Amino acid sequence: MDYKTDILIIGSGITGCALARELSGYQASVTVLEKGSDIAEGATKANSGIIHAGYDAMPGSLKAYYNVLGSSMYPSLCSQLNIPYRRCGALVIALDENEIKSVEALKKRGESNGVENLSLIGKDEILALEPNINPQVVCALNVPDSAIISPYEAAYAFADNAAVNNTTFLFDQTVENVIKNSNGFTVQTNSDTFHCHVVINCAGSFGAEIHNILCEEKLEMTHRRGQYYLLDRSSEQPFSRTVFQCPSHMGKGVLLTPTVHGNMLIGPTAEDISDPCDTATTAEGLSEIIRKAVRTWPALSVRQNITNFSGIRAHLNSGDFVVGQNKEVPGYFEAIGIESPGLSSAPAIARDLCRQVVDYMNLVRKEKTIVYQAPSCSFHDMSNEERASAVESDPAHGNIICRCEMVTEAEIRAAIHRPVGARTVDGVKRRTRAGMGRCQGGFCMPRVADIIAEETGIPLQKITKSGGSSFLLTGSIESYLKGESNHDQSEN
Amino acid sequence: MEQIITCINCPVGCRMQVVLSDSGEFVSVSGNTCPRGSAYAKQECTLPERMITAVIPVEGSRIPLSVKTSSPVPKDKIPQIMDALSSVSLKAPVRLGDVIISDILNTGSDIVATRNILL
Amino acid sequence: MINRKTDILIIGAGPAGLAAAVAARESGVESVLVIEREKEPGGILRQCIHNGFGLHRFKEELTGPEYAQRDIDRASDLNIPVECSTTALSLSADRSVICVSAEKGLQHIEAGAVILAMGCRERPRGALCTPGTRCSGIYSAGTAQRFVNLEGFMPGKRVVILGSGDIGLIMARRMTLQGASVLACVEIMPYSSGLNRNIVQCLQDYNIPLYLNHTVTDISGRERLEGVTVSRVDQNRKPIPGTEIHFDCDTLLLSCGLIPENELSTGAGILLSPSTSGAVVDETFETNIPGIFSCGNVLHVHDLVDHVSAESQKAGASAAAFIRNKKHTTSFISVCDGDGVRGTVPQKIHRDADQEIQLMFRPTQVFRNSSAVIECDGQILSRKKAMIFTPGEMANIVLKPEMLNHVNGDSITVRMERN
Repeated sequence: MDYKTDILIIGSGITGCALARELSGYQASVTVLEKGSDIAEGATKANSGIIHAGYDAMPGSLKAYYNVLGSSMYPSLCSQLNIPYRRCGALVIALDENEIKSVEALKKRGESNGVENLSLIGKDEILALEPNINPQVVCALNVPDSAIISPYEAAYAFADNAAVNNTTFLFDQTVENVIKNSNGFTVQTNSDTFHCHVVINCAGSFGAEIHNILCEEKLEMTHRRGQYYLLDRSSEQPFSRTVFQCPSHMGKGVLLTPTVHGNMLIGPTAEDISDPCDTATTAEGLSEIIRKAVRTWPALSVRQNITNFSGIRAHLNSGDFVVGQNKEVPGYFEAIGIESPGLSSAPAIARDLCRQVVDYMNLVRKEKTIVYQAPSCSFHDMSNEERASAVESDPAHGNIICRCEMVTEAEIRAAIHRPVGARTVDGVKRRTRAGMGRCQGGFCMPRVADIIAEETGIPLQKITKSGGSSFLLTGSIESYLKGESNHDQSEN
Repeated sequence: MEQIITCINCPVGCRMQVVLSDSGEFVSVSGNTCPRGSAYAKQECTLPERMITAVIPVEGSRIPLSVKTSSPVPKDKIPQIMDALSSVSLKAPVRLGDVIISDILNTGSDIVATRNILL
Repeated sequence: MINRKTDILIIGAGPAGLAAAVAARESGVESVLVIEREKEPGGILRQCIHNGFGLHRFKEELTGPEYAQRDIDRASDLNIPVECSTTALSLSADRSVICVSAEKGLQHIEAGAVILAMGCRERPRGALCTPGTRCSGIYSAGTAQRFVNLEGFMPGKRVVILGSGDIGLIMARRMTLQGASVLACVEIMPYSSGLNRNIVQCLQDYNIPLYLNHTVTDISGRERLEGVTVSRVDQNRKPIPGTEIHFDCDTLLLSCGLIPENELSTGAGILLSPSTSGAVVDETFETNIPGIFSCGNVLHVHDLVDHVSAESQKAGASAAAFIRNKKHTTSFISVCDGDGVRGTVPQKIHRDADQEIQLMFRPTQVFRNSSAVIECDGQILSRKKAMIFTPGEMANIVLKPEMLNHVNGDSITVRMERN
């Protein structure tokens, strides 16, 4: 099919969604094309969830600029849109004399970047703040403004806000060609053709590929994988802050961080791989994480591990973000190489890009925009009084579907009916936490699948874990008994 | 000829040596530590039998009907029995104990419902 | 929020909860309430459509649903209220429970005694840290069993099973009978923890190979599972490079252990034993919190439901006795795991216990021609000989009350001894 739209955004990760939300405040039609089956299926769902204070990026770089600006925008955004966010603070620890220099350099760098409240603290103070840190710690950079967030929930919130303000999100759309023409652009995907005035490339790991279709000056990208351990929720996590390591003889360090929902993340690795879709975890990667993490947390135990995952960073070999209107191709805007501190930077990148597009197209602000708020409190986090009212107003809150995370049937149905709603098991999982607990969906997954089937009309056999051909089931008993049986095994 | 089989009657799991005649008939058994073992060995070498349990869809019910054979059936008839089950059309209500198919494939065993499906 | 009171509140209407409820009522307590999160009672037995249940208790072999129906019918005959679709959200040490249902909303139930019968969950892939992709088609065996037996859907066509515990073995047969190909059962230990009968009837009958001393070391498939890699392991259970075997399959079933579901319990301050992951209880099945009892798989994972029922009947009777204010005044003797023994339940005994006590435990390995002994200060109080003790089968040894007369110290030990 052929579609017309004013503005086409390629990619619905954190950057694309933040930008879509910004642009949805203006009078223009905006369409977001996503190659996956849902929002945030790339790096946005598979990172540390840290809103960095901004000491790590090189002064003068776009990374530094957008990191500091972006992280200052999150508190009010999260409060307005009910995105889980917590300013838990961070420490960058030095475990020997050599590492002290690294930590001191980070402090200086942070100050150059305009980061406030940085200080160097000694062993006693460190252990008073975080008693489980390796007692051999020498000193640390204390970063009270470092924060944690749920990165995919942020993306959903941005996307839902864009959608209620008439942004169109289309999934299973892989961009194959972008052609500049007199009116703007023709964008061909695996299934459709789009005609637009402006194209904005927020395509994550595929950003360089798309850029290189349009531009003479090519970009080179390296796909860098990071694997993680995720430990179960607990009210007694070993650390209340994010704890970073310095580079050491073992290479780049790993971090240990609480998550905003009370889990613990340990990782990541940094392996350069050739296939941007290879998000497997590996025995080598996972054991590397343990070897490194134990330097921070000698009592490290992964007994409480509930899952491992990995994400692919979109690293430009030139080392910095590429943001803005491309000089060669008017009307083509891009945000490429949005690796760390990409999450922290996204709102600021989005605001800048939006301004540039508005100027380019002379867009007029809409008189009214609708603010969509995700539920402010999950059933799990409610008080008993709040729970009692919730069930009174919707009895479906009385059916607990995921008992590890206390997610109700009402919450799952609501997630399916959000402006950009869930249609897969993982889509429900990331919007509600159903399946993110100790049993990892062992108990609730069949029930979640049933609810998705009921609410969307998709037959149970066609429900997927995360789109494409990730079907849960291969058929009904009936079809097996009648046709596809394989009874020859006993005669072998 | 000789055959080794493991008794399944209790956790000891005695490994028994069974002697068969040239025509495959049971002659004798050794290695068992109780008479249940020798009885099992004889049956297993003469005519191995198993209980079958399965589920059959029931029209109008989300939950399929769980069924069992009322007694052990010859092991080599299992594939045909499963095929026979596939041609059964069931409607609720069904009660625990209801005979779904009587004397399946002339084995002398019935297919019996093991739960209630009452809509 | 509704406020309710009951003498005995039982959390879970599986075989443990139902047996406890019936026993409590039969002990004379009128006000007994069972809450159950599923739509129907019966617990995990609802999906265990195979037979092998009830040989000890009913002297007949029943399927899971038939066994459950016996208890459901008995509870119904006694008019014991079993409220389904009701989920317990929290438990407090003062024996009150917050629970919720669509029908009644949020409820605060104060109980004279609480019996925990929540059963257990399965160990997921994450707990094994198995590397590879995170595709669809990876299920715990119980989840697959639910799809097949309670929903009538097949989770896959070409199956590899990791773990040779009974659930994995049963699903090997189940999937095969309903038309799938089961390519292998992979077990990290040198022996299977499942019952021998299941090895014969579920694997050997269908020529499904059992790979002992192996584990899954890689999983591939971007969207749906496409294959797994299986490697041999050394004596430390570590994969040996170079021993990889690849299976093309679309389904991986995990049967890697059951974990008692004690999240409600820890919320109330109930002490758990690291070796069972269940509550620490005395011979009346009371936990460290007065009036809160535990029985069935939430206390320790059983192999035979008949033993669950027997244990739960005792817990139900104990809860009834508690309601009638029968309190012990003496101190405890602790029961310790000695050589070759793990997870002994109960973990403590009143000095003035006046009934025979069955100490239940698992051997840490296979013992042939051995004895289990109860020992105190070097003195053997009791000995039980058997041709075989195996980790896959919970064992027990009886402690008679008069044996406690000989106990001066604070503890007794259960251990294995070779003959």
